[in-house]
Amino acid sequence: MPEEARRSSGEDAVVIPIGTGGRPGRGTGSARPSAAARNLACAKKAAPRTRPAAPRVERTTERTAERTPDPDGIPVGEWLAALQGAAHEVFGPDWERRLAELLAFVRRRLEGHYEVDDYGFDRELTERFFMAALRPIAQKWFRLEVRGLENIPADGGALVVSNHSGTVPLDGLMTMLTVHDHTGRFLRPLGADLVFRMPVVSSLARKSGATLACVEDAERMLSGGDLVGVWPEGFKGIGKPFSERYKLQRFGRGGFVSAALRTGVPIIPLSVVGAEEIYPLVGNVPSLARLLGVPYIPITPFFPWLGPLGMVPLPSKWILEFGEPIRTDAYDAAEAEDPMLVFNVTDQVRETIQHTLFDLLRERDGVFS
Amino acid sequence: MGRVVLVTGISRDIGRRFARAAAADPSVERVIGVDVVPPRGDIGDVSFVRADIRNPVIAKVLAKEDVDTVVHMSVIATPGSAGGRGTMKELNVIGSMQLLAACQKSTTVERLVVKSTTTVYGSSPRDPAMFTEDMGPKRLPSSGYAKDVYEIEGYVRGFARRRPDVSVTMVRAANVIGPHVSSPLTNYFRLPVVPRVLGFDPRLQFLHEDDLMGVLRHAATRDVHGTFNVAGDGIMTLSQAVRRLGRPSVALPGFAVGRLGATMRQARISDFSPEQLGFLTYGRGVDTTRMRTVLGFEPRFTTAEAFADFCRELAPAPEGAARA
Repeated sequence: MPEEARRSSGEDAVVIPIGTGGRPGRGTGSARPSAAARNLACAKKAAPRTRPAAPRVERTTERTAERTPDPDGIPVGEWLAALQGAAHEVFGPDWERRLAELLAFVRRRLEGHYEVDDYGFDRELTERFFMAALRPIAQKWFRLEVRGLENIPADGGALVVSNHSGTVPLDGLMTMLTVHDHTGRFLRPLGADLVFRMPVVSSLARKSGATLACVEDAERMLSGGDLVGVWPEGFKGIGKPFSERYKLQRFGRGGFVSAALRTGVPIIPLSVVGAEEIYPLVGNVPSLARLLGVPYIPITPFFPWLGPLGMVPLPSKWILEFGEPIRTDAYDAAEAEDPMLVFNVTDQVRETIQHTLFDLLRERDGVFS
Repeated sequence: MGRVVLVTGISRDIGRRFARAAAADPSVERVIGVDVVPPRGDIGDVSFVRADIRNPVIAKVLAKEDVDTVVHMSVIATPGSAGGRGTMKELNVIGSMQLLAACQKSTTVERLVVKSTTTVYGSSPRDPAMFTEDMGPKRLPSSGYAKDVYEIEGYVRGFARRRPDVSVTMVRAANVIGPHVSSPLTNYFRLPVVPRVLGFDPRLQFLHEDDLMGVLRHAATRDVHGTFNVAGDGIMTLSQAVRRLGRPSVALPGFAVGRLGATMRQARISDFSPEQLGFLTYGRGVDTTRMRTVLGFEPRFTTAEAFADFCRELAPAPEGAARA
């Protein structure tokens, strides 16, 4: 009830300043003093103007005006009401429950009473923090368009294979977010060992569900029924020059295919259009990269020239298309040892992604539209 | 007729407690404890033989006492008590070699249980999330405890090849934790301010001390051959552990933690070896499927419960001091 009253008073309060309620106001040429003059003369006079619209708000203004010289300060009740109002503004109508949840969350985090799985995946942190932080970027900045969601199985292991681009692996993060928001499942990305060697990145990667791209982990996750994401182009794909955009690089050694064959899970090709344009890579500093032990030091038209501002990705429009699953359960697990079969399946996945990329590129109107 | 069990490394708390627990087992007739120095605590029914496993005397003990089960626990993780790294290596590697040589000569030994550690897997950014028993370290350990254990495991495998009639059980225990354990890791958690490596949050796995006793007893009284990872269920990250401990922690860059560790080692505050730094940076997880399916052992404590038990013991005294 009080919430409703407040809301209606808030709506009315917006209306009031526009018309002066029929009374003469500033610049009307009336004999009465202007509103500003009346306010100067006596603060109480202003109160009747809000009285009919907002009895609650008006009472508080009256009191504060009277009690300003009071050395005791603002009464506790007022503070509580203000806090209540603020909580209502921030958390919405059922703010009490949500605030309690948030406090419980903070408490759990600080006391360490949360669960991580064998890979170090912190589900709570990922859902409440990482995903929440990425969502506006995906929706407002890159305006993700997703196609073929029906190709992601609702349960059981599956391997999502995607092209990799964009200098910084934002496409991986966006794919994880998309999969979670549309299917409720967590995509568990496989990352290069460099990811786990770098401070900060390594702990964030593990907490958000990533693990090392090695046969052991891939098979363990797939046979555990997880949805696993791989970017087989690796650094060759993500760090390729802008002139080679949307040209798929070599697909590693096909380790992901043999893992899928051995566990009999479907391979879902994913084509991402738009990620190539976020940081157009026009140059590289190989000597510095070697010195730092990283695969490349990117130079874009804006980075490092504009400093931190150059790190803002360009707002290209993204399209993610999940292709039809390539089934592997028809093959025997032993056939994963057959290199020719592995190469053939790898090529099939690669061709599917490449052709979808070309189709999507033909379809889109412009990079930023 | 019960079994005659020989336990090495009985002067240390964990060896002494295992020997006592084994002596209480109905299927065990006699327990003989061997070490260079006498055990400090009460050893109950265990008969102590003062012998150095680094010299061939141990073979005579095996023959004289008709030992049929040997439990090797005298691989030490820290040079602290032994005097120096050189002595520690000699005690670990040469001691194990002599013991294995004696076992090979012996006609009575039917079973060998070696307490190894998951430290043999090392810690590196290229590690799989979970090590299974047939995986090796991604990078061979170059020094310290990890190298000793790696070498000892090699000798034990060699022994198992040469004496196929002896059942050899190698128990790769995760970091043992508990109220009575004094190890580099527990000393680390007992520091008033826990140093952490900036930007890394390693995954840890613990084994409760009671479960270590349990698994060694289990292995000593059953006929299972092979190598087994033994750890409590589940994983904890270091940040989680420190928060549950309620101790303040400070994140330092890796090299600074290394320097700090070296300083603390010199000051004898804590033993902070390079392999421990690696462990606290990259962490490690081991797969315990075979522990259940083949060895048939079920730990009583999960990783989180083992750590909680350790915290309970630790909490009262230092918390007041830290708050003051």
